[in-house]
Amino acid sequence: MLNQKLLIGSHAPFWHDQSGISTKNYHIMLAAIPAVLFGIYQYGISALGVMALSISCAMLWELLMNYLMKRPITILDGNAAVIGLLFGMLIPASSPWWMVLVGTFVAVVIGKIIFGGIGCNPFHPTLVAVAILMLSWQSLFDFDEALANYELGFTMIYPLGAVKAFGTSVLEYYPLTGLLMGQQSGGIGTTFGLGLIIGGIYLILRGFIRWEISISFLAGIFATALLFNAADPERYAGPMFHILTGYTLLAAFFLLTEDSSSPVNVIPMLLYGFMAGILTILIRNIGFFVDGVVFAVLMLNIANPLLDKVRPKALGKGIEYA
Amino acid sequence: MIKRPFFCLRAPRLKYPAKNSYQKEDITEIKLPDTITLLVERSGSDNGEIDLSNVKQVATGQKITLSGDNLDYFISTATGSIMEVCAFAGYMGKRYTSITIKTEVKDQWDDAFKKIGDTISAESALGFLRSLPGETDLSRLFDAGKPLNSIVINGVDNDLLVTTNQAVITLAREDLALGVQYLKQITQVNDVFLMIHSGAASGAYGIKAEIKTIDPIYPNAAPHLFMKKCLGRIIPAGMDSRDMGVGFINAEAVAALGRAFQKKEFPIHKILTIIHKDGSTTHARARIGTPIKHVLAAFNIEVRHGDQIILGGPMRGTFAYSEDMPVQWNTDAVMVQDGGQITPCEDTPCINCGECVRVCPAKIPVNMLVRLLENGRYEEGAEEYDLLSCIECGLCSYVCTARIPIFHYIMLGKYELGRIKKAEETNA
Repeated sequence: MLNQKLLIGSHAPFWHDQSGISTKNYHIMLAAIPAVLFGIYQYGISALGVMALSISCAMLWELLMNYLMKRPITILDGNAAVIGLLFGMLIPASSPWWMVLVGTFVAVVIGKIIFGGIGCNPFHPTLVAVAILMLSWQSLFDFDEALANYELGFTMIYPLGAVKAFGTSVLEYYPLTGLLMGQQSGGIGTTFGLGLIIGGIYLILRGFIRWEISISFLAGIFATALLFNAADPERYAGPMFHILTGYTLLAAFFLLTEDSSSPVNVIPMLLYGFMAGILTILIRNIGFFVDGVVFAVLMLNIANPLLDKVRPKALGKGIEYA
Repeated sequence: MIKRPFFCLRAPRLKYPAKNSYQKEDITEIKLPDTITLLVERSGSDNGEIDLSNVKQVATGQKITLSGDNLDYFISTATGSIMEVCAFAGYMGKRYTSITIKTEVKDQWDDAFKKIGDTISAESALGFLRSLPGETDLSRLFDAGKPLNSIVINGVDNDLLVTTNQAVITLAREDLALGVQYLKQITQVNDVFLMIHSGAASGAYGIKAEIKTIDPIYPNAAPHLFMKKCLGRIIPAGMDSRDMGVGFINAEAVAALGRAFQKKEFPIHKILTIIHKDGSTTHARARIGTPIKHVLAAFNIEVRHGDQIILGGPMRGTFAYSEDMPVQWNTDAVMVQDGGQITPCEDTPCINCGECVRVCPAKIPVNMLVRLLENGRYEEGAEEYDLLSCIECGLCSYVCTARIPIFHYIMLGKYELGRIKKAEETNA
């Protein structure tokens, strides 16, 4: 019996296109590298420390939970690493170690594991963490305070905060090309607009994220900011400023496009992105927070199941044959 | 195996193979093996066990009735003695009687069909040609409750890499032309369409059927999509083309029908597409009932421990658990997959990436459906998430990032729904 030749039996299809969760996550990390490297170059060794701590903590939290819950080890799928990477990108380079530790715990455990792990999280895990930290320790996300000791040769006042406080008169300190090339303060991986755009285009072309979401989000930002700007050009900055500052580009290509918290049908994807864009600008311009991206994305994450009800009619559905 | 392309902005488009020239010499003749096994599908309530002890010796083309019903019979495809009769359970709960015959080298032909062969009618066709190469049950076209208004002859094959019907159109055009004529005669249907590949349209002249070319993108040859795109008729969810009065039949079966009535000889050979481990294809002509190992041996294909043998193509075939499984009436292809090429399924939950939703030709919300199917909520899946609209192409599993066996879940769901329906009918 031992030498008997046995055949594999499985159900059709017998082909697979060889895509996989880990491939997808590793490519997302690859796409984030330009922005992260720029951040490390700009803020030096402390930024490297924050990024490394963030990624490794996120993975360790998931590993720990795998052991505690007696579940298969899932850290190799790269999802925890992506969550940690994005968390590191969103926070200032001077963040204390305990903030990274708490933030990744909230992201991985409260944002993902307790909902059932990968694919079951209703919100983007990283944004859950950022939102909770933002509300609990507001000063940690005050980039002007956090980055006060850095002198990098450009205006180190957080652009969105400056516009909110002083109106568009401060725009002369923020040339658009400078913003695109990373001459602004902010999170480690959020300032280098060009790098984020390159990464985003890479992900879109390779099919790892859905272009409808990214493009409609940027369109939503653009349209809403344009209307505000037209209504009161002295108070509200123009659309390009909003696209290149804050978390906008990171959200467009890395946060909004997270699989399990975003819709999959075309019209819902467009609505989801566009509405997140509108909400972001509303919060930035008339809301309390300086940057509205975090809460706008979380709000739309909640709306996702409802939005995804808008779907095409399946073949032969609702047809009676007499 | 076709992998995901480097740039992947839209859903993948898998092409049906197209080859314009087929030569008679390209088809390898498989020698008659020592034993053949016939699988006869059973519709009755028994489990397929029958007593054939009164029949010792059979002749080629001999009709053997299994029960009182005139349609419940099989025709031996070889001369020899019956060695073993047993029950056999197949895919989706189908029940078969498996009959193993020890063959004799020289065929002794039974002449019952010869006598009746002159009368070309539905009775003679159903009485002898119920199973044809490429068509297991011709009586599907003669359901009294569902009158036919048109017939579609499938000249494209139902799966990727498979070119059996394409080869038949080119190599047996005269038989096919005759078959179309006889088919019209026995079914009394005049609207006959021939579905062909837009890359292989040259081979179909002289056939008295309306030619319909399809865009050769998988799964456009599926009945539901062909009806929608070429006939402009949409099949309601949960029904099939027969409910709309449209019968689908493979070109090979029509050609076999034409040849059978012309030569007065019962068809006993099946054309096969052999899909090698490296994905290349060749053709073979084998006696119905030939064990697969004989077919593979003729091509020097070595099957090792851990490989997979598939009856049919890579997207819709069914696996064979043993090399002794026979070539059946509907075995269009035999595929051997190297153990190293098999992508195992994983038990990760759906990550909602939406690849399946984009690729689904029936626009089913597969991401939601699979969540219900994983938890056994089949009725809810059918009502809310269009389980019954599925046209069974397997593309959702092919693209699944989480490698969930979605197609398997869908077929299980359909099977369970069928059982629920049957139970309700018997208890009502």
